[in-house]
Amino acid sequence: MNRSSPPCFDEMREPDGTVRPAYHGYSQWLDAQPPGLLKRKGVEAEAFFRRTGITFNVYGAADAEERLIPFDPVPRIITATQWRKLSRGIDQRVRALNAFLHDLYHRQEIVRAGRFPERLLCTNAAYLAQMAGFTPPGGVYTHIVGIDLVRTGEDDFMVLEDNARTPSGVSYMLENRETMMAMFPELFTRVRVREVSDYPRRLARSLAACAPAAFAGDKPVVAVLTPGIYNSAYFEHAFLADQMGAELVEGSDLKVEGGRVAMRTTQGWQPVDVIYRRVDDDYLDPLAFNPSSVLGVAGIMDVYRAGGITIANAPGTGIADDKAIYSFMPEIVEFYTGEKAILPNVPTWRCSEADALAYVLDNLADLVVKEVHGSGGYGMLIGPTSSKKEIAAFSAKLRARPDNYIAQPTLSLSTVPIFTRAGLAPRHVDLRPFVLVSPQGIDITPGGLTRVALKKGSLVVNSSQGGGTKDSWVLDD
Amino acid sequence: MLGRSANGTFWLFRYLERAENTARLIEAGFRMALTRDIGAASEEWRSVLITLGLHQAYAARHGDDVSGSQVFNFVLRDRDNPASVMAMVETARTNARMVRTGITREVWEAVNESWMKLGEIFARPVTETRLRDVLDAVRRQATQVRGAMEGTMLRNENYYFANIGTFVERADNTARILDVKYYVLLPSLAAVGSSLDNVQWENVLRSVAGERAYRWLNAGQMDPRGIASFLILDERFPRSLAFCYAQLASNLMLLAREYGFETEAHAIQRSGDERLSSLTIEAIFEQGLHQFIGEFLACNYRLAQQIQRDYRFVE
Repeated sequence: MNRSSPPCFDEMREPDGTVRPAYHGYSQWLDAQPPGLLKRKGVEAEAFFRRTGITFNVYGAADAEERLIPFDPVPRIITATQWRKLSRGIDQRVRALNAFLHDLYHRQEIVRAGRFPERLLCTNAAYLAQMAGFTPPGGVYTHIVGIDLVRTGEDDFMVLEDNARTPSGVSYMLENRETMMAMFPELFTRVRVREVSDYPRRLARSLAACAPAAFAGDKPVVAVLTPGIYNSAYFEHAFLADQMGAELVEGSDLKVEGGRVAMRTTQGWQPVDVIYRRVDDDYLDPLAFNPSSVLGVAGIMDVYRAGGITIANAPGTGIADDKAIYSFMPEIVEFYTGEKAILPNVPTWRCSEADALAYVLDNLADLVVKEVHGSGGYGMLIGPTSSKKEIAAFSAKLRARPDNYIAQPTLSLSTVPIFTRAGLAPRHVDLRPFVLVSPQGIDITPGGLTRVALKKGSLVVNSSQGGGTKDSWVLDD
Repeated sequence: MLGRSANGTFWLFRYLERAENTARLIEAGFRMALTRDIGAASEEWRSVLITLGLHQAYAARHGDDVSGSQVFNFVLRDRDNPASVMAMVETARTNARMVRTGITREVWEAVNESWMKLGEIFARPVTETRLRDVLDAVRRQATQVRGAMEGTMLRNENYYFANIGTFVERADNTARILDVKYYVLLPSLAAVGSSLDNVQWENVLRSVAGERAYRWLNAGQMDPRGIASFLILDERFPRSLAFCYAQLASNLMLLAREYGFETEAHAIQRSGDERLSSLTIEAIFEQGLHQFIGEFLACNYRLAQQIQRDYRFVE
């Protein structure tokens, strides 16, 4: 099965077992704890999550409507130096993403300059003609970004996905920290960890700063639009609205009235200035997009284009999540910032290109193949852990629609220990820091969501596929 | 506050109140059944089902066989009964999830914990031996939610709608018990003060957890008029109609103060309240206890409907 298993980078220990500097403080603390502590605390944490209702819904899982995302009590630790470099790279990438989106919906200079193929745009379902020629309030497209990073070495961080559409998971970043502080208070007095808890306040401020110019009074009305309680991320929608002091609205609470989008309150219809929507573009406006949608608001796009509301993230940003477009990010960063990309991409073969397709078909057993519009770990092939039969079946799909796929090498993702019955054991992780964009600037919360593959050797970290999460620490200088 | 959230909060507390009152009714029914012969016991269970409006659903499921454990399992935990206590707690929790941003973390956790605990308790059939513990648990969970609500919620529109839901439901439940049992309280041809009468009267009080309070206030003397008066007109008793309407009056008034306007619902509430405070128990009996209760239930229903309209609960 695992024919090529190159030694992978463990973030806590060097190959000879020496603890790396990032984990010095933690390791000292851990050595002094009584045996059985982590186990006991793990049980406590699960009861805590159940009681507080930190659950997510799994599509298609009939037995358990609400499930917990497993939480691992060993933190994932990043040094201040590493974080500074990551921040610079993230900042640069997010600036480029916004400039790119603005350009795509305006003059398309990057296409004219011959640096980006037009065919990727004109046939792309995520490209919204309704956004052409329109600039969102403040010029911001991606108000909230959750860039997925993977690590393969001491200084080797790469961007796996940009998640410019509607990144989720920030509530886990916050709750995981709360849980860790509740379980191990003394640990936080020994190791200086940077705060993440003011994220909701920063989000509220950032969204308010993006209100349409005409309504940017001292207190713009912000609402979180959720598809409802059966959505897999409902807990997060409610959590963020609660923490921001914003209304949590559903499509049925909203209507267009007098050129504004208004919500039905007990005292009448109240206009909304900024809507943080957690519904996809396609469902946002039955008049503009999917006519059968009941999750959105009829006519919101007209109000939006007339400057009556801010929609975060802007409709049409999903195109930046397209994995074929992702493969051009190094060029995109360079084109708009005039700098080399600080954070590299994972090498990517575009199956739409004949040479690349031939290579991918020949090497399926070693590659990871993903749908260009896919997410959540669905519809992908992980060559090294797939059977001959699965590979043959996937190969047929790939030949039928090569445009629909990209391929990447199987990375030797870094590992961080998790707590298992047999003690600490290394497991593969990724990292999703959360980035806020407003006319006032780019704000990166020091930390993020670390997702961890709980099965030994597994590279799949998605919560929908049995992955877990960890508290992610950025150390203070 | 969103109309939908007001709706969710209102129903969250209506369902919790109804679940708790249902447990009390079962408790009274069980006690009554223990002291009677089999025929009279099933009569008692039948009247519990009628009070809850479940007699038809029960007959569809179990036919004519009205036996204690079958009834209380149906009422408490039957999956096919959407009005079972378990189903109501689950619906309450769904509403709580929906209005998660309008209630405090403590209230949400108390509701969620109730749902988890009762889910465990109701996972297997309830036996007569276990019944008392089970009913205790239902009441304790309700008390915890109420405590969390009183102790942590801001006194604003969310809190007022929560209270309005609670007291509309409670008034309805108390009135329904009277509606089914009114004949027990009528002057009877049988020897007044017989031991059977005493047991029946006490049971009416027990259904609304009022037997201790009543005895304390009346030095142990039971008489039907006094009991009717206590349940309808005594503002000191937290499950009387008068108490519920005084609470509704104050919460609707606070809501009007916060919003700066009154609605149709205020007028309906006021007329209901005036009727309660102007009538004596003699006048009620003269008019006919049954008729009075029927009118009260209709008025209470109108009030609930009007609140939902006035505050835009639904589009």
